[in-house]
Amino acid sequence: MNRVVIIDTGIANTASVCACFTRLGCDVMVTDDPAAVRDAEFVVLPGVGRFGAGMRALQSRGFDRVIVERYEQGLPLLGICLGLQLLCTSSTESEGVAGLGLIDASVTEFPCEVRTPQHGWNRVGDGYAYYSNSYRIESIPAGWSGELSDHGGPFVAYLQRGATLACQFHPELSGAWGERLLVSWLKRSQEVSRC
Amino acid sequence: MLTQRIIPCLDIDCGRVVKGVKFANLRDAGDPVEQAMQYQADGADELVMLDVSATVDGRSAALDTVRAVRRVLSIPLCVGGGVRSVEHATDMLRAGADKVGVNSAAVENPTLLRELSEEVGSQCVVLSIDAARSTTFEGWEVVTRSGQNRTGVDAVDWARHARSMGAGEILLTSFDNDGTRSGYDIELLSAVRRATPLPVIASGGANHVEHMISAFHCGADAVLAASIFHDRDTTPNQLKQQLAQRGIEVRQS
Repeated sequence: MNRVVIIDTGIANTASVCACFTRLGCDVMVTDDPAAVRDAEFVVLPGVGRFGAGMRALQSRGFDRVIVERYEQGLPLLGICLGLQLLCTSSTESEGVAGLGLIDASVTEFPCEVRTPQHGWNRVGDGYAYYSNSYRIESIPAGWSGELSDHGGPFVAYLQRGATLACQFHPELSGAWGERLLVSWLKRSQEVSRC
Repeated sequence: MLTQRIIPCLDIDCGRVVKGVKFANLRDAGDPVEQAMQYQADGADELVMLDVSATVDGRSAALDTVRAVRRVLSIPLCVGGGVRSVEHATDMLRAGADKVGVNSAAVENPTLLRELSEEVGSQCVVLSIDAARSTTFEGWEVVTRSGQNRTGVDAVDWARHARSMGAGEILLTSFDNDGTRSGYDIELLSAVRRATPLPVIASGGANHVEHMISAFHCGADAVLAASIFHDRDTTPNQLKQQLAQRGIEVRQS
């Protein structure tokens, strides 16, 4: 059974992520203990709320160092929504706050002529994903693969590299399409991290 | 491109689905988990569950219902009805809601939405506005407590302040049209659309696809309906086929 550990930063709502991985047959644990994250097989960094508050929540418990260590060791990591953005270098939502810097990109707000926040389903490749965001990154950084969606111009839907998957949308709320994406992350990231 | 959403609504009383007209004359309409699964399979983009229980027992049953529905649901779930405090709202989120709708308590305590959005993020906060034609001024006024209380608050003004109050979305229900199947209140919807940049869910009065097309043309981002889905007159997927033929972008599943 795949053991999935979900980081509880105190500001993210983890119930939907838990329910989703439980449906997929995983053994799910939510934790606020960085040691449990360090030793986990699969780690999920969910997130809602502001970039600055998210970084503070990670730093106050020492999650920031553990996530970077795991990334450098090539271990499975899934970032969702703000969880993707926190992996980047900075965000215009919280000027002067440095992100984890694993993705060389800065996060910016959607242009004012489109509906913000973006609440709803947007096309990603052959399917649709559920978004709930006001900020995004605009292009796929060097060294990463992924796909784009469009909301007042192209923006990053998800990025992957090695055992890391980072989604701007909520795969746990994106129906059967989202569940298939998570199943393939579990499988692929396990293979990659064992190499 | 962002698609237009179709949202079935389940009114819940003591763990059962009920349906009434103008928030009254409730009749039993089934098991919420079964109905949630059915709507998800039928192409619903999201579900709204409104707890219409008037008792404390009903309230705690609603949390169990949210937990049970969350287990089977892989689409977003918005829960509302009688949410009176940050604590009550965060209980709903912890039980598995993705968004919480606040109606009466937002009128009675205008700082509640701000406190809630600082706690959980504005994307989880829905301002639920029940609006009725005013008998004392030109326009619509916010009604609370299932329509029993006319507040005198101008509904369009209220929507205008939603964003600065901390909401990330508006659920706009026409109290006059709710359950009547006479169509959404298009004038109300258009006025609210002009007043706010937030996503707006149109609610109250849907009977067929033409009502939904009118709502989308007036700037609704999503349409909510209860009776037509409960009574199995149609399904979200059937409506989406018709909407797509009329040039409205929807999620095909």
